[in-house]
Amino acid sequence: MAEMGLDTYIAEENLPYEFCPGCSHGKVLGAVSDSLKQQGLDPTEVVIVTDIGCVGLSDKYFVTHAFHGLHGRAITYASGIKMQNPDLKVVVLIGDGGCGIGGHHLLNAARSNTDVTVLVFNNFNFGMTGGQHSATTPLDSITPTTSFGSTDAPMDIAGTAKVNGGGFVARATAFDKNLPEMINKAMNHDGFALIDIWELCTAYYVVRNDFGRKEMMNYMDSMNMESGLLQETDRSSFQTNYKNVQEQASKQKPMGGLILETKFSSNLDKPIRIVLAGAAGQKVVSAGNLLASAATLSGLWTSRRADFPITIQTGFSVAEVVISPEPVLYSGVIKPDVAALVAPEGRDKIARLTKAMDKTGLIYFSEGLGNVDSKAKQLPLLFPESAQKEVRKNISALTAGYLTQELRLFPFEALQEAVRLIQKPKIAEINLGVLAHFKS
Amino acid sequence: MNSERREMVDGAAAIARGALDVGCNFFAGYPITPASGILTHMLRELPKIGGTGIQGEDEISSIGHCIGAATAGATAFTASSGPGLSLYSENIGLAIMMEVPLVITISQRLGPSTGAATAAAQGDIQFMRWCNSGGYPVIVLSPTNIPESYHLTKRAFKLAKRFRNPVFIATDKETVMTTESVAVSEMTETPDWPEVPDEPVGELLDPYRVNGKIHHYTGSSHTEEGHITKDPSIIADLNERLREKIESRVDELSLVKSDLDDGADTLILSYGISARSMEAAVNQLRAKGEKVSALTVYSLWPIPEKKILEYLKDVKRIIIPEMNHGQYRQEIERLTNGTIELVGVNRVDTFLITPEEIVEAYHG
Repeated sequence: MAEMGLDTYIAEENLPYEFCPGCSHGKVLGAVSDSLKQQGLDPTEVVIVTDIGCVGLSDKYFVTHAFHGLHGRAITYASGIKMQNPDLKVVVLIGDGGCGIGGHHLLNAARSNTDVTVLVFNNFNFGMTGGQHSATTPLDSITPTTSFGSTDAPMDIAGTAKVNGGGFVARATAFDKNLPEMINKAMNHDGFALIDIWELCTAYYVVRNDFGRKEMMNYMDSMNMESGLLQETDRSSFQTNYKNVQEQASKQKPMGGLILETKFSSNLDKPIRIVLAGAAGQKVVSAGNLLASAATLSGLWTSRRADFPITIQTGFSVAEVVISPEPVLYSGVIKPDVAALVAPEGRDKIARLTKAMDKTGLIYFSEGLGNVDSKAKQLPLLFPESAQKEVRKNISALTAGYLTQELRLFPFEALQEAVRLIQKPKIAEINLGVLAHFKS
Repeated sequence: MNSERREMVDGAAAIARGALDVGCNFFAGYPITPASGILTHMLRELPKIGGTGIQGEDEISSIGHCIGAATAGATAFTASSGPGLSLYSENIGLAIMMEVPLVITISQRLGPSTGAATAAAQGDIQFMRWCNSGGYPVIVLSPTNIPESYHLTKRAFKLAKRFRNPVFIATDKETVMTTESVAVSEMTETPDWPEVPDEPVGELLDPYRVNGKIHHYTGSSHTEEGHITKDPSIIADLNERLREKIESRVDELSLVKSDLDDGADTLILSYGISARSMEAAVNQLRAKGEKVSALTVYSLWPIPEKKILEYLKDVKRIIIPEMNHGQYRQEIERLTNGTIELVGVNRVDTFLITPEEIVEAYHG
């Protein structure tokens, strides 16, 4: 697209720059413009994303697209722009302040290797707000917020990008003659590219710390932070990786709903609230789903809530099922009509609910879990003799079968049909076997 | 026996499907119960249709990605809960200032900070409205059930596009995470709501494009060209326009459902999950021969003032059930200015408000 190229990408009508005398920002902006010129880019191919601080004034100096957002977040916007339109070249102009407050975004953008170019205007302090110390302020520096010398270790921005997988990482100074060429390379790298460009803040940092160009170069040496290209990898970019994701995903069907057609009938004339209470691994929630689905197949309306701890395979597991002849409005359960206790963890978890039950309530319990503090009638879960060997592994399905048999809310066939319709074939086979014990 | 098709579905799936069916092609979010279901669905579904769905390193980056993508033409969406809204808030101001269309679902959970993870609540109703610096208006829609979650999500995207503004779907743990049977027809047939006009308020967002028009978007007070300005009259005009574009269209945005009883002295007003307990309470009261009216508010912000006042003409008492300490009641208090008795039914103990509590409040 060389024919689209311009002599300059700076909006000359907005010049001169607002920066302080001697500030290096203008130099770096010039290098960006020169790089765009060398690449011959159409200005509509480029989005300049600026952070906050003096560098945040830069968007208006470009004839390209521009985005000026919030402090530290520039990289997040840039990634979003590039994700949506990979044809755009996205360049972030950010300061050392932005890299401090947005460090998390910087290192994660490096990790994902998203194809944006980050140019850091690193002048070791907050220029816009009066020269306070930033994440890169050298040790012992005097700033308005470190009157007796800064004590925090300075952040190595380029080093951070490098160790977190950034595809292209370089360190430079605003005085480097080859800065435009370095920017070309960064922009043409397919993946995350960062150039940590060291600068002078003549308004604050330089005058307070006797830090001129020579001192800056000496500091670079003393910190072993050499300039030049530090890392260039061929790790694939986020954009390439995500294209693969899209390709694989495009072969899959879109999400569908679980549609159940009314096939059975029910005489239930008022809502009933059932709580199944057991332990992780007992497939309690799955049994709740079976009851709710069987009821739905029988023309009833249902809601099903699940409650379990944040850890899995341990602790309680509770399913609350409301079954009603009318659509369920209030889905809460504070006083169940029926509770089934299949493990001590569940029994203890719902003790408050079973206690609230009155004498019309029914509590079914598996072996050893009876005698809870409640006015409700308490009955053992009497599974068929032939099913005893299933109790350990399939107690929840057995309980669903038992409740269906005892409560007569809907036909037993509805429960079997629910198993066939909502469960994976392997599980369905097991559960149909379990339910077969109730046939007689 | 009538054969009827019903679906077993939860609010997370309904919201995700609404977004996908209305053309959402970008989602970025961060896991948080009770909103993670939406994240999971969107990340699985979007790449299937050539869209982008990603998990950001936090809520800040997630909404940042959404705003960036929107300026490049995406129909963008994010979802979280109250703690995530805290982190979204600075960028919500940015989306307002840049006039970027954006839909945000907040699945509310109980209490400040981490709170009672994870119990349903309606405690972020004021927070959604006022979470941006400057206090500029946003649009907040609140579904009471799963089919409405689907349809209001679609509406939210249309409004976001028309107003170029963040639009919230205010929902909660109960609606998002409870699986219910719903009539298939309720999911497929759009409720009888006024259409959202297609034409934009102001200009339709013209995204960054190669060979397109040059665009400068900025979070600073800006000229029409998107350049920072310190000109007081330009700043005033911009700020006034951001307010006015929504507040002057309250009537268009107002969405309520009334269920009136002729001659009823009491009106129950609610929204979101609590409106379902209200409906159950109204059924109980009417079965006992009581006269009582009900009003469900779907468009919480901007407050549908005229619509609400219209239904309050002959009302002597308003009962307001909500799962917070009275956040919407204070708005109704402002509207009625002491002329009507207000009774709050409030619960912040992890349980839903029961219909019986509302009946009890009715009987005083």
